[in-house]
Amino acid sequence: MSRLDWLSEYLARLIDEHVVVRSGDAQGLAPAHRLVLDSEDWGAAARVAAAFGCRWAGVWGDVEAGDSEGTQLTLRAALERDGGFVVLETEVPVTFPVLASHTNHFPAADRMERHLRDLLGVGFHDHPDARRWVRHQAWQENEFPLRHYVAASGHPPLRTRADSDYPFLRIQGNGVYEIPVGPVHAGIIEPGHFRFQAMGEEVLRLEERLGYTHKGIEKIAVGRDPAALARLAARVSGDSTVAHAWAACQAMERATHCQVPPRALFLRALMAERERVANHLGDIGAICNDVGFAFAHMQCGRLRELWQRSSHALFGHRFMMDALIPGGVARDLPADAPARLRAEHAALRREIAPVFAVVDDHPSLDDRLIGTGCLSAADARLLGCTGYVGKASGQAFDLRHDSPYAPYDRLHVDVPVQQEGDVAARVRVRMEEVRISLLLMDRLLDLLPSGPIAATLPQPAGGTTGLGLVEGWRGEILAFVRFGADGRIARYFPRDPSWFTWPALERLIHGNIVPDFPVCNKSVNGSYSGHDL
Amino acid sequence: MYRILKQSLRTGVVTEAPPRLDDAEFEAVGIELRRTLDARYGRSLAIRAVDAGSCNGCELEIHALGNPYHDVERFGVHFVASPRHADALLVTGPVSRHMQSALRRTWRATPAPKLVIACGTCACDGGEFGVSYASCGAVANVIPVDVTIPGCPPTPIDLLRGLLAAIRG
Repeated sequence: MSRLDWLSEYLARLIDEHVVVRSGDAQGLAPAHRLVLDSEDWGAAARVAAAFGCRWAGVWGDVEAGDSEGTQLTLRAALERDGGFVVLETEVPVTFPVLASHTNHFPAADRMERHLRDLLGVGFHDHPDARRWVRHQAWQENEFPLRHYVAASGHPPLRTRADSDYPFLRIQGNGVYEIPVGPVHAGIIEPGHFRFQAMGEEVLRLEERLGYTHKGIEKIAVGRDPAALARLAARVSGDSTVAHAWAACQAMERATHCQVPPRALFLRALMAERERVANHLGDIGAICNDVGFAFAHMQCGRLRELWQRSSHALFGHRFMMDALIPGGVARDLPADAPARLRAEHAALRREIAPVFAVVDDHPSLDDRLIGTGCLSAADARLLGCTGYVGKASGQAFDLRHDSPYAPYDRLHVDVPVQQEGDVAARVRVRMEEVRISLLLMDRLLDLLPSGPIAATLPQPAGGTTGLGLVEGWRGEILAFVRFGADGRIARYFPRDPSWFTWPALERLIHGNIVPDFPVCNKSVNGSYSGHDL
Repeated sequence: MYRILKQSLRTGVVTEAPPRLDDAEFEAVGIELRRTLDARYGRSLAIRAVDAGSCNGCELEIHALGNPYHDVERFGVHFVASPRHADALLVTGPVSRHMQSALRRTWRATPAPKLVIACGTCACDGGEFGVSYASCGAVANVIPVDVTIPGCPPTPIDLLRGLLAAIRG
């Protein structure tokens, strides 16, 4: 466990701070190490972790049902350093579910703690922001949908009021004005609300209001069998269908000690890299289009369409939706697929060369993209940004490289890093990731084992837990799964990387002009659905 | 500039694409759509797309309608930024309860006569999400729907067929 070399020092520092670790193990949430704490030490453990240089990677809660209504709420928070993961765990009584907040040590925790408060009723007594987050007007302040007393389905759809009285922070002053945007946007994109405070052209402040696509994914996951959970996970965020399905399957497979056949793992990786290429191609074109450079939009749109048609022909679906099942993959490649895929990779490599050369170095693009929407390395680090947003701001973390899961443990993955942090840097990282993925896919085909494509998932034992960690095209995806006594899902929490890049957008837009917001937003391209759940 | 011209010339026009089966079908449906629009809709159909809570899969395929292979605008179909300019609403997703009011307001802002097209399995029947404390399920549970286009997500050709069915009434 070389990636957790730092664990002993972290434990020593916890002891220095009089934090008692009740127990710990490396099995329950492998590859993460689990540390069980007293609830009063929850804040101190985060304080020590922040000073120790850990990245905060998520918090989620769970009602562990002893009888019908559990008497304890279990809270878990993930920390990462040098590719090693630790999950802090504590319990609070349902009658008084109050904890210290991690937000004061990790700003990344802000919205996820508010999400947890709205859905599970956990109070964070020193949280700097008392406002609701995912809750609009569909349920009351004293109702907590993740508790047992709220039914998973069939809640009567009463007319739901618009959430019109959310207290946005306002900037006062001569010449300062406010621009409300959304939830229904002018383009064909997901719904969300943006509130700009501007003076002249300059954005003084942007505040996001998300939660519009909240459809209760965490709640409706409860009671599903593993196959049904994989289908739901494939729809957490439609553009990341492979990555989210993989993370959920990985969590279930780790919980049940399922040996996934090597061929299935290689096919999953092929699909995950295809998903990365498709999304980067689409986004690179769309970023250029947002500054009026239609040439790249049309060229990338053309390449993306060909790519998706090939996904349909060889993997059975234009997005490869429902191609992953617990224990493996749903269908094998046709016999001639490796040769066709190799030819396709070579063709795409040839095709992107002249297009990317133009995108990389064209005066009218340079004018608009260089220096626009700068995210400092310090902010990226503080917010825990992964994926291209982190990589363009000096954060080199990539699970495939730093904490590789099969089959990436047999491959060398290059991680492109830029320091500038502007839109142009994010475009460069994405172009480089396309090139790297093409090489990776060739390598995956070289090493593609023969054999079965799926194993039967063993019957899950009640109470077993699993953690999935997969590098999606947006960055690190974490999925937590707990099985109930009936072998069905008792808790599912998918943490999309967008949780950390949405706050980054609020920071990087600062000081830019209002008309540059679309291109800044597209360069980050957070998932609304993956965040709202 | 030279590089752009070179690449554009080298790419040529892909829209009138090689005679692949699905392309030929897309062309055929598109031409039928064009004829119907010419006859009944003053030669154009303005669509306002509303994501009422989808996973973003349907949006990606609606976007694909605009790529050089499909180029749906040549058939007289365009996507507009305001419901006030729209003949039809193309609604995706199970309607989340948080989007219920926004969807109703968008629908009210669209001038009559108007078409409502439910796009994707979730919009048709709630799909994987159904009805819950957070989801109203199908679009028809919130506003009247004229035509449904099932599929998860519906492919560009499915979308085109659905549009044709919608304007034929």
